[in-house]
Amino acid sequence: MTEPVLETRGITKSFGALTASEDIALDLKPGEIHAVIGPNGAGKSTLIQQICGLLRPDAGQVLLGGRDVTRLGAAARARAGLARTFQVSQLAMEDTVLQNALLGALGATARPWRFFGRALDDAELRDRAEAALAQVGLADAAATLCADLSHGQRRQLEVAMALTVHPRAFVMDEPMAGLGAEGSKRMTGFLSELRGTAPILLVEHDMDAVFALADRISVMVYGRIIATGTVSEIRADRAVRDAYLGEEA
Amino acid sequence: MNGAMNREAWLNLAVLAGLVAVPLWALAVDEPFTITLATRVAILALAAVGLNIALGLGGLVSLGHAVFFGIGGYAMGILAHHAQTYTAVAEWPVLIEGTKSMPVIWVVAVVTSALAALVIGVLSLRTSGVYFIMITLAFGQMFFYFAISWSAYGGEDGLSIYVRNGFPGLNTLVPIQFFGLCFAILCAVLWLNARLMRSPFGLALNAARQVPVRVETVGLNPVRLKLVAFVISGAITGLAGALFADLNRFVSPTMFSWQFSGEIIILVILGGVGRLFGPVVGAAVFVLLEHWLGGLTEFWLIWLGVILLLIVLFARGGLVGLLGGRSVAHD
Repeated sequence: MTEPVLETRGITKSFGALTASEDIALDLKPGEIHAVIGPNGAGKSTLIQQICGLLRPDAGQVLLGGRDVTRLGAAARARAGLARTFQVSQLAMEDTVLQNALLGALGATARPWRFFGRALDDAELRDRAEAALAQVGLADAAATLCADLSHGQRRQLEVAMALTVHPRAFVMDEPMAGLGAEGSKRMTGFLSELRGTAPILLVEHDMDAVFALADRISVMVYGRIIATGTVSEIRADRAVRDAYLGEEA
Repeated sequence: MNGAMNREAWLNLAVLAGLVAVPLWALAVDEPFTITLATRVAILALAAVGLNIALGLGGLVSLGHAVFFGIGGYAMGILAHHAQTYTAVAEWPVLIEGTKSMPVIWVVAVVTSALAALVIGVLSLRTSGVYFIMITLAFGQMFFYFAISWSAYGGEDGLSIYVRNGFPGLNTLVPIQFFGLCFAILCAVLWLNARLMRSPFGLALNAARQVPVRVETVGLNPVRLKLVAFVISGAITGLAGALFADLNRFVSPTMFSWQFSGEIIILVILGGVGRLFGPVVGAAVFVLLEHWLGGLTEFWLIWLGVILLLIVLFARGGLVGLLGGRSVAHD
């Protein structure tokens, strides 16, 4: 069995009486897309926050490439190769597309303490940034201000930001959010290829996309993972149907 | 955007040209007071350029920048005071003598205000928003009251320095020469600021102001970026303080007052937050209004308030934004 790239062991987090994460064990293997689905309020966002280092779990561990990163902050985990996208695009709106991508590249080099040379003239930064933009199909929009981008383009840039760091694992929070049918289809095709670059932990509400993409699915309800399995196993699971998918699945 | 000069660049050039032309004209027609006004513009602009790095680039609304201005002022006052009274600043553990040399005073002003900014920044940056404003204000008040009670250096009355400090090769007592010195420093700092805005650090800081969480998820520490910006900012405002004290040949606790902190925020907003020449335009307009309107009515600040209100309501990019157009992304 292959070593998981990303793993959580017994992650538990409570807010007062509410248990948002209860003994969560998840793993992400090389080359796969592992989708986490569940109704609103199931604790998916809290889980992502803990995986990415924005929240510290009460108990349990997060491992990246076999190394315990539970005590590291978000920036250190990013440097270790955890690439994240947000449900609501987190972009520097006053800057151009290229400047945003350069920021990601700058994070990858971890050398922001340069005060004189132009960021644009740094060949290493620029190559990395432009490669990421080309990969998501935003090369032509490089000089556009982020504020002037369409919603779909912002979602693409959001993914490009994750590509600019040295990704060992992607954690994507609803990359399809707000995309139309056409946009979702294109993003689905793109993510399907992306799993070759690094595996993806995918939190998504768009079930068509999840069923089309996921190698494995974990279902989360009330802070617990109630089932993990392949698409067909999950579709057939009675508890999952009761809790979440409903009859039409 | 490379190569071709845009409207903002022309505006900036015109502002610099004006700031040189006015004192030269004043020299020709023998109006030394006008030269002093131009010097005041250059120094206040420098102080505001410093603040603009924290406020405009880092998004840090500091209501305590008078601390650095005052530290720069007192660095000059204390060193020059000891030099003119032939006493030592300290005899133990090492002998530190006073000095009348501007370059030495500037180094001391920059280093001490940078250190103060580091300490204040480390503590203040644990907060944000209104709390950041309040904590920087609190530091400002601490320094203000400390200066008032520091009787060794004049307490409330401040310190008078009889002869302006010297700079090698110049007679700083000649107004146009002192102006030239201040103007050269302003230009040098503006040039460094322009480089900084386009540098990798500037790019990261700019993003840390807008989306700190993104900066963190690409592996950079937004708080540390802001802290470094705050230190650079404080150092520049400190240098301006040393020059300001030399212009007046006088330092007093009012350099530490929160009103001054507010005043340089007004300069930046007036000229254009985050715009390279915003502080220069702001300082020029402020000093002109103070001089002209102040001559007509002692309630001139009311009119300043009206202008500020109009700018905030209708021209978010300040006067530079109004005249120079939308901010061109710093390519």
